[in-house]
Amino acid sequence: MEHVLEADGLGKRYAGRWALRDCTLRLPAGRVAALVGPNGAGKSTLLHLAVGLLRPDAGQVRVFGEHPYENTTTLAEIGFVAQDTPVYRDFTADELVRMGGKVNRRWDATLARTRLAQLGIPPRKPVGKLSGGQRAQVALALALAKRPRLLLLDEPVASLDPLARREFLAALMGNVAESGTTVLLSSHILADLERSCDYLLVLQGGRVRLSGDVDDIVAGHRQLVGPRHLTADGTVIRERHTDRQSTVLVRTDVPIFDPAWTVHELTLEELILGYLGEAEGATNHAEWGVPA
Amino acid sequence: MIEFVLDGRSTANTYLQLVQQVKQALRVGLLVPGDKLPRVREVALSLAINPNTVLKAYRELEIEGLVEGRPGVGTFVTATLAGASLAGQAELRAELVGWLGRAHAAGLDDDEVTALIDTTRRAERGTSGEGTRDGARARG
Repeated sequence: MEHVLEADGLGKRYAGRWALRDCTLRLPAGRVAALVGPNGAGKSTLLHLAVGLLRPDAGQVRVFGEHPYENTTTLAEIGFVAQDTPVYRDFTADELVRMGGKVNRRWDATLARTRLAQLGIPPRKPVGKLSGGQRAQVALALALAKRPRLLLLDEPVASLDPLARREFLAALMGNVAESGTTVLLSSHILADLERSCDYLLVLQGGRVRLSGDVDDIVAGHRQLVGPRHLTADGTVIRERHTDRQSTVLVRTDVPIFDPAWTVHELTLEELILGYLGEAEGATNHAEWGVPA
Repeated sequence: MIEFVLDGRSTANTYLQLVQQVKQALRVGLLVPGDKLPRVREVALSLAINPNTVLKAYRELEIEGLVEGRPGVGTFVTATLAGASLAGQAELRAELVGWLGRAHAAGLDDDEVTALIDTTRRAERGTSGEGTRDGARARG
């Protein structure tokens, strides 16, 4: 299987603090991958390392087998939409499309114009005056005009309303169907991801907590509810106990047959929250002056 | 041509929902051999879902011998499910009605009946050894 993005022991430090640490991952070609994690988990750092804007402090990252840092060859193959879609706000969409043709080796202006026309984006209005949803669509159209083999999107839908979010994802999925571009998108909006993404990377505290095919991950986890002191088969991800009952999130490749357990399937969202919620010890009752 | 609709409250995988919707359409005769399924790109666009998910659903239907992909043309229905198991179902249903009557007479309410069926099915799968992950998944 061809891997578009590979990281081995990848790390990046800001002012002595590791934003990303010991990160090892493989992103297979042709996937739409979700990059998920709490704020500060290292999502943006990983994307900036992949696009070549940052230099690793440890380990390495490879895109199409090459080191991306200040590498114009790999950069030409990558479409990148940074957080908050920071296109030049004083320019019109039409000017941005023409500019793109001057700074990119490969540039499909017709593709960009056709997309923007279909969406009814005004060509001669400064993009700073467009709605958030329209601006996101402009940024996506510009990224796609490069005809990239890898598309990196940092929180592309975070600031959009539900309708604009859906339209953005629909446009993205339509393009993936046509071009087969590999996509890595970071997002907080977990509910959208289950439908649009088929690969999952969960980051927490700068490390990869979980990665793999979405259907395999969903099929491989179960929430079990049963009497306390019952031992669950499989790897326990998270468990809660009352004096009588245990609730256990397990990763298992075999079905749970023990009738003492009530078995629940999980949505991708519940599952991710189960992983992320596992990190305990973040309480600070003393600082708040309240009893624990 | 059918149009896919997703059940937002279903916990079933999106691809399974697509598979089930095609099968349901085959059962009720909404789709018949020769009919074309929507193009992958159209489904991805209209539902904002991953095209790989649509491909996976179509591949699954192909493996089950229900549809056939013709490169560059589309995916076409090649079989039907209409009426295949209806005869057998009637007899099973009659037996089940009798059993449900006995269960209610014994004081079980609907929830208890569902729980009993669920645990029995799982225990039975566990002993017969035919339980696979797919079997467990299909319950979704």
